[in-house]
This record gives sequence, structure tokens and C-alpha cells, in this order.
Amino acid sequence: MRHLLSIADLSKVEALSILNTAETLSRVSDGPMKKLPTLRGRTIVNLFAEDSTRTRISFEAAAKRLSADVINFSAKGSSVSKGESLKDTAQTLQAMGADAVIIRHSASGAAQTLADNQWMSGSVINAGDGTHEHPSQALLDAFTIRKHLGHDGDDLTGIRVAIIGDILHSRVARSNVLLLTMLGAHVTLVAPPTLLPVGVESWPVTISYDFDQVIESVDAVMMLRIQLERMSEMFFPNAREYSLYFGLNKDRLAKMKANAIVMHPGPMNRGLEITADSADSARSVILEQVTNGVSVRMAILYLLLAGSQELEFSL
Amino acid sequence: MSLALPAPDMARAITRISHEILERNSGSESITLLGIPTRGAHLASRIATSMREIAGQEIQCGTLDITLHRDDLRLRPPRALMPTNIPPLGVEGRDVVLVDDVLFSGRTIRAALDALGEIGRPRTVQLAVLVDRGHRQLPIRADYVGKNLPTSPSQVIKVHMTELDGVDEVTLEEGEM
Repeated sequence: MRHLLSIADLSKVEALSILNTAETLSRVSDGPMKKLPTLRGRTIVNLFAEDSTRTRISFEAAAKRLSADVINFSAKGSSVSKGESLKDTAQTLQAMGADAVIIRHSASGAAQTLADNQWMSGSVINAGDGTHEHPSQALLDAFTIRKHLGHDGDDLTGIRVAIIGDILHSRVARSNVLLLTMLGAHVTLVAPPTLLPVGVESWPVTISYDFDQVIESVDAVMMLRIQLERMSEMFFPNAREYSLYFGLNKDRLAKMKANAIVMHPGPMNRGLEITADSADSARSVILEQVTNGVSVRMAILYLLLAGSQELEFSL
Repeated sequence: MSLALPAPDMARAITRISHEILERNSGSESITLLGIPTRGAHLASRIATSMREIAGQEIQCGTLDITLHRDDLRLRPPRALMPTNIPPLGVEGRDVVLVDDVLFSGRTIRAALDALGEIGRPRTVQLAVLVDRGHRQLPIRADYVGKNLPTSPSQVIKVHMTELDGVDEVTLEEGEM
């Protein structure tokens, strides 16, 4: 494994080895060893051509806990806003000696393009490309689900997860569907028909338009953000109607199974897809997802960068 | 392949090391054993059991994974991480005995000293190994040795333990040069 571009490229063994490594690393960060020397002398570039708070900060925290040097690079205020191409940017980073590039880009396939062309020799980690994939988010979601509902070292067989909201534009949903089903979980997508992508029938999931019916039987609900920046067309009549049919509120929270958890990849639109009391309820693991994100990203960086790249990792 | 240490000799070595640790430290109160996974950890818990029988007291025993502190990470494929488990009294001010199966280059122990330094400041750090095969690359020596085994660098020492391999023994194999 040299790059992390999409969940589709991962085998089940690789996915589980990332989760298990993250498990060990999370215990290390809870303990007395806050900072590890593992990636000393490695340079990691955060190349963010699209806005992000938690993913960028999470990768930065993960890299710093492993003693790597981090260079942050955002499109705003850089030559990208002057029209510099991805190729020129990549070659510049290569010339500065970057060992890995973590890329967030509004174009689907940007990370793949960076990895396929020989513009730079380092590892490429996809931190979200357009509406395609967001693999590290799916891995931290699977990690969080396993921590609450599964067992250390196991896959997610038998666990039922519902993903609710804007599936059409969501790279988080795409990566999660691939990863959770690969790990044996049963995934139900709940959305208005306008927010489901073409071809969704061929995904290995159940589709429902009735949130009330689904919520009683699932172990985890994953609320997706209504992406106001991508809502140029009329996907639903108005925000109040969306909240009524597809939002998580107190009444729906009360119908959930005893141990069921509420997840959200953030940032939340409180009052739209999730009410404030649901987001802050005892079932909510939203902040835990953020904490787990750092451990999972440490595991990704460790597995991609710590060893020799010529030799393959196996369990 | 030859048998360098059969099961009865291995058991005797573990008992002798346990006695030596207790003798050197005048008892067991201040001692914390930390085994280096995988086989060092099993060895540490065997030494702890043996010390418990001899001294009649509970022994602080845990594990210390040193993978993240290795200096040869870039030379190999990424390794799976093992658990670190520090016993309740910690390492601060304690007499810490690191336990590993084979002492070779000394690099594992250097990494262990680094890892230990992140956790706290022990009063002393001692080293117990089942087999010392020589060929040190660093100025490190063991305080307690089960067996000194002169080897050539190309030979391969394998420590088998009942917990993992179903049998207790140390074997010496000829590696290819």
C-alpha cells in the first residue's frame, strides 16, 4: 500500500490492519507517550484546495504526534488562486522534498491524478475529492462503530447502519458504503429520491424513503450534512420539510434501539439535518468521531510512511 | 538445525534469572518487569510467576511495545503494532527490568530505553534476556542472561514458547550467507 486514494482500492485485510493499528495508537495517545519519534524527518504536505477544518487539523495533529514536519498549503492565498495547475503545484512540492501529500480537492479524481502521474514520488492520501470518496472519514466511522458496537480486531458483521441525507453529493456516504459493507455491516440509505445518485440500485445497500421505519431497527445512524454550497438546484421543497421527513429530532431519537449511536461527519447544520438536542444527546458520538479521527489518521500515516515503500505490508 | 536450549534447561534458566533479579534488588517491592512483545512479554510473565513463588509477593509485570521507536523502520515493511501495558505502579522511581528473548544487535533495547524515557524516570533499568547471541552494534549489555550462545551473524536463533508455538525450546539454524 503506497497511496490511500479510495476505499475501493483497499482489501479487507488492509482495512482491518488500519483499524487495529489505530486501536493500538489510540491507547498510546491516551497513555503517557503523547509524542512518538516514528516519522521524524519526514515531511508531509497538507494540500487543501477546498475548505476544511477538522480533516486538515486532524491530519496535522496525527502527523505531529508522529513527529513528522507538516507544511500547510491552502488554495486561498497560494498560487493556485492565480491559476497554477495541479501538476505545477505537485512538482513544486516534489522539489521541496515532500514525503507525502494529503490532498483535498473539489474535483473528483484529483488524488488519483496526482498518484498516477509521476509528478512527485511521495505517497498521496485522499482527504476528499469532489463527490467521489473520503476514505479516512469512512475508516474513522468504522473505527467508532466497532468501538461502540463491535469487538476489538473483528469486522462489523451483523451491525446495521443507516446513512441519512444527501447521498448524491456525499463522498462520505460513498466511502462508508464501500467500507462498511466490505466489513460485513448492513447499510440502509435513507434520502429523498432527488438526493440519491443514478445507479444506486446496484450498490450493495437497502434503500428507503421512510426514516421513521428504518430508525427502530438500526444500531447506528449516520446523519449527512445538507451541503448548502452544492444545493443550487431544487432537491427538496424547503428546509423545514426536509427536517420533518429526514431530520433527526427528539421523537426519532426516542425510537432508537437501546445501544444505538448517532454519528455525523461534521460540520453540522444544527436545526436542519439534526436538532441541537439530538447532537448533544447521550447517544451522540460526534465528538468521539473527531478524537478517533486522529488515531485513524496516525495509523494511515504510520502504515504508508514508516516502513520501506518497496516492501508490501501483510498481516 | 540444532537444539540450543531444551525445555528443562529453559525452565532452569528462567528460575535462575528470577533468583538473580531478587538477589540483586534485595527483594521484589521496587521491581517492575516489562516484557518486549511478543516473546519477551511471555517470558516476563513467566519470570513474574517464578518470582512470585520465590518471594511470596505480587510482582508488577507489563509489556512495552517499542515498534514506534525503532531506528530501522525505514528498512522494512511496516510492522503491526503490539500493546503496551504499564502496570499500576508505573515506572517512576522503580527498578525496571526489561525482558526480551534474544539479545543481538542491541537496537531493540536502545528503542526500549527511548520508549521508557517517554513514560517516566525509573530509578534503574536492568535487562534480562533468555539468549545472548553476541554481535552487538551498540554499547549495551544484559544484567541477567539465560544462556550465552556464540553464533555467526548469518545463523538464525528461534525461541519457541508453549504459549505461542506449543513447545519450549531454543533452536539454532544455519542461515544462508
